[in-house]
Amino acid sequence: MTERQPTDWRAPAMQRRLRRRYAAERRFRLLGLAAILASAAFLAFLLVSMVARGAGGFVETRVALPLDLSDVRIEGARLMGPGADLALAGAGLENAVDRAADAAFAPAGGAAILSDGAWLVVRDAVKRDPGLLGRRTVLDVPVATEIDIARKGRGTPEAEASVRRLGDRLSSGLNTDFFAGADATDPTRAGIWGALKGSLLTMAVTMALAFPIGVLAALYLEEYAPRNRVTDVIEVSINNLAAVPSIIFGLLGLAVFLGTFHLPRSAALVGGLTLALMTMPVIVIAGRNAIKAVPPSIRDAARALGASRVQVVFHHVLPLALPGILTGTIIGMARALGETAPLLMIGMRAFIAAPPDRLTDPATALPVQIFLWSDEVSQGFVEKTSAAIIVLLVVLLAMNGLAIYLRNRFETRW
Amino acid sequence: MPASGLLFLVAALALIGWVSARARAARFRAGTQRRFSSLPQHHGWFVALCTLIPALLFLSVWQFTSPALVTDAVIATPAAAALPPPGLDRAAILSEARNLANGYAYGAFHPLSSRLAPAYAAAQDRFDLIASVAALLLAFAGGALSFLAVRPGFSARTHVERVVMALLLAASLLAILTTLGIVASLLVESARFFRIVPVADFLFGTHWSPQVIDPRDPGASLGAVPLFWGTFFIGAIIAMAVAIPLGLMSAIYLTQYAAPATRRWIKPLLEILAGVPTVVYGYFAALTVAPAVRELGVALGIANATSESALAAGLVMGVMIVPFVSSMADDSLAAVPASMRDGSLAMGATRSETIRQVLVPAALPGVVGGVLLAVSRAIGETMIVVMAASGVATLTLNPFASTTTVTKQIVDLLTGEAAFDSAKTLAAFALGLTLFAITFMLNVVALMVVRRYREAYD
Amino acid sequence: MTDHAKITAEGVNVFYGAKQAIRNVSLHVRQDEVTAFIGPSGCGKSTFLRTLNRMNDTIAGARVEGDVRLDGEDIYARAMDVVQLRARVGMVFQKPNPFPKSIFENVAYGPRIHGLARSKAELAQIVERSLQRAGLWNEVKDRLSESGTALSGGQQQRLCIARAIAVDPEVILMDEPCSALDPIATARIEELISDLRGRYAIVIVTHNMQQAARVSQKTAFFHLGELVEYGDTSAMFTNPREERTKDYITGRYG
Repeated sequence: MTERQPTDWRAPAMQRRLRRRYAAERRFRLLGLAAILASAAFLAFLLVSMVARGAGGFVETRVALPLDLSDVRIEGARLMGPGADLALAGAGLENAVDRAADAAFAPAGGAAILSDGAWLVVRDAVKRDPGLLGRRTVLDVPVATEIDIARKGRGTPEAEASVRRLGDRLSSGLNTDFFAGADATDPTRAGIWGALKGSLLTMAVTMALAFPIGVLAALYLEEYAPRNRVTDVIEVSINNLAAVPSIIFGLLGLAVFLGTFHLPRSAALVGGLTLALMTMPVIVIAGRNAIKAVPPSIRDAARALGASRVQVVFHHVLPLALPGILTGTIIGMARALGETAPLLMIGMRAFIAAPPDRLTDPATALPVQIFLWSDEVSQGFVEKTSAAIIVLLVVLLAMNGLAIYLRNRFETRW
Repeated sequence: MPASGLLFLVAALALIGWVSARARAARFRAGTQRRFSSLPQHHGWFVALCTLIPALLFLSVWQFTSPALVTDAVIATPAAAALPPPGLDRAAILSEARNLANGYAYGAFHPLSSRLAPAYAAAQDRFDLIASVAALLLAFAGGALSFLAVRPGFSARTHVERVVMALLLAASLLAILTTLGIVASLLVESARFFRIVPVADFLFGTHWSPQVIDPRDPGASLGAVPLFWGTFFIGAIIAMAVAIPLGLMSAIYLTQYAAPATRRWIKPLLEILAGVPTVVYGYFAALTVAPAVRELGVALGIANATSESALAAGLVMGVMIVPFVSSMADDSLAAVPASMRDGSLAMGATRSETIRQVLVPAALPGVVGGVLLAVSRAIGETMIVVMAASGVATLTLNPFASTTTVTKQIVDLLTGEAAFDSAKTLAAFALGLTLFAITFMLNVVALMVVRRYREAYD
Repeated sequence: MTDHAKITAEGVNVFYGAKQAIRNVSLHVRQDEVTAFIGPSGCGKSTFLRTLNRMNDTIAGARVEGDVRLDGEDIYARAMDVVQLRARVGMVFQKPNPFPKSIFENVAYGPRIHGLARSKAELAQIVERSLQRAGLWNEVKDRLSESGTALSGGQQQRLCIARAIAVDPEVILMDEPCSALDPIATARIEELISDLRGRYAIVIVTHNMQQAARVSQKTAFFHLGELVEYGDTSAMFTNPREERTKDYITGRYG
């Protein structure tokens, strides 16, 4: 075999090749950066478009309505106490408001420019100050959704014309109905409190079940489980359940909780049970990792002092693993809070105009509410949908932020 | 349903047992220097558990048996004589009456159910009373008997710990129970479906239109092949075409190039992307991406470009999966021993040559496992396709055309108040069973691949 | 001595973050000799070895001061290309680290990335010659397509040596190449080092003094990051100048 010449690294061909290799290196690195930037850009675009669309949802447009309520006759005593709402409705307050609007805004559309909820604002004002009934006054009341949207710059030509006619009689203010109300057919009256309360009740059930069961199962598997067939089956089940599509849990909830146990449809109780089954494996896996991270020397030390197996775990291992378990739990709960599909399966998609008071009341949840509103054609619901998404994202980000904080704060290196 | 007041009473009994047993144990310890195997609180817990467990066990068994007893009692009343023979109607009326009696519903569809409601309420009250008395008696008996066992030589701790262990085991078994519950409920409903529609028609039929089912040949319009294809097309092809390159390159940049400070910023960013709920992605897909994709299709001269295209749903789903693929790839790359990288760098390879020719091939099994899990996630994803994909099942290769998926059809089929055992509703369970079987296989294979791979480098 | 020097190091200091791992080390490596670095573990001999092909660059927070030259060229100069440098200064690691590829691909990897072969036949030739020089050809010639990780530990290490040779380096650095091997495999590697002497300048780190005595002509003794003594191997083992060297060689510590 002939002896090779030693490589001449300075040869032009070699130098050219080297330059090509470095160019490839730079391209590859740029590609990596581009991949990250693409994801970041998508996230930014998503957030910006939601904020751009949804910011208007927190604001409502009001119009200064001149009112003459001298026609509305009602005894002062009936304005006190729980019967006041009914009394005012019966006294023709709504008609009086409509008439006032017809008189004041005839060229702009009359009573049609008012929100369905406008007279309720007047009613509440009267309850606060019964003296309003006897005199002329001017009140700021919410306008109909077409006018509201037009003033925010996305309306139809007719609505735009109305806005121009109304001019500086229009004003803007924080939409308190959005935070305090429940679902409604009129977008100016629709609020998220009903859905949010449904979500909170659902999460309460989920947490109450998934957390203790998840932690106990994690302790068992990590600390006590013998190596046998049953343990293997448990492990496969848990790992698999963590990756089963959420809609399958919805089908389970439908068939078992509704079909077999006859629990009420659309209830936060059933939603919570279904989501608990889904969240439990997540908590078990996070819990096992946290428990695994506790060094064996601590168990040995406790055992050497004569602590029983149960005492070792509950006095030493569990407290040390708790921050890790909590982090995993918060992340699992955040996932459950954003979950929609299983709740659709158990009927939490109905139109529910009153916030639920009990676990068995018909309820909906915030992500489901977003889904329902996204199906509405009215322009007014587009901004409500985005506004509800902003609220949901803020809650979820806060939860994830808390989890990251906990992880960094309590992360222990043994 | 037993009132929460009953549970409260049982708990109160347990508390009394705990306090008195603890006091008793403390008293007999006070006088002596002897060492006991159990502390007073162990005795307390022993008595409390003996009070709680029998009563709670009884109540949970009662939960399952009492509805049948109540129904029997109602059927025995004279008002029930007008009930139709056993069948769908009868079940519907009884269920309505039950809802009325419990206050879940306020109006009834069948006039008969409002007449039966008082009978229901009465029967329920009677059985609730029986259950309450029995539960309280059981609790009291358990507490009293165990209280007598509290003696100096009695090792309460071992008994309490045994109960704790049983509790731990029971919590773990719930995972199996859930899996069994899923399998059983899907199997039972699917079996009913396959009695109406032949399995072969469902699995191999190419025509899907559940809106119009011919009662003589229901299988003709319930062929799920277009759904399987749509699911595969959106979840495994389009979404992965986005998620694999983006996720893998992100992981490579993060683990191999980024400075630790950059990594600290970018990782949470990817976590945010992973934490965005799917309904938000779905809304974004339907409102922003889908119209843009349709315009692109029209601009490209594709005649049937729709705003419910496979491409829009798949693209957004791909972005949703990016953080998942990235973190799996990150783990796999981190598991490749540093000596491999050093060996390549020491030969004068550039970093990208090292990554492409040594690290990625070495990490491939882990990456493949991660991708399988990602596919399993994508094909089970529901909200994005419900909001952005079409309801029309077409067998097409055109990403701009309308396509539907298994999950989307499950939601559509179960929406609206169809009777619970119509072919349409049952089809949803058959689809669910198929989806579960496929994702289960993907998950098991993926987890096995990943575990083998981790062990190879340990 | 300088006229034969392949590598010259003057006043080298290495820091890992705030910690100083190498203090003011100066030594010359001759082209035609095997140079051994010995010393107790943690003395900095491996760290110093890794400064000679800039592998310390891959460790975050590592910093090198001083002057290291290969054939008179400053290897820490801005104009020095680290990819070329590492092609010219090959390295064999403590634990055999074949890539998870076939035996052929393991050896062909270097020539491929550097473009040393103009044809497939030439590449096959390079692979064969490298495996022959590493004394592995006869054992693997019939199973070149099998995975490199399927070989025994000693074979894997010789594969790694073949892999380094295939790039046609001028210097080969060996970082305790036998520490993970059994005595028979060790003997084969030592034999191989003697065969390769003269063709390549070889620097070997070892904690085994007998090995240094068997294979090297020059020995450098490191202790706590300092170069304590450097000279002819035979002289150092029979008549060490420094007290610390004598204590180490006679087994007082290590």
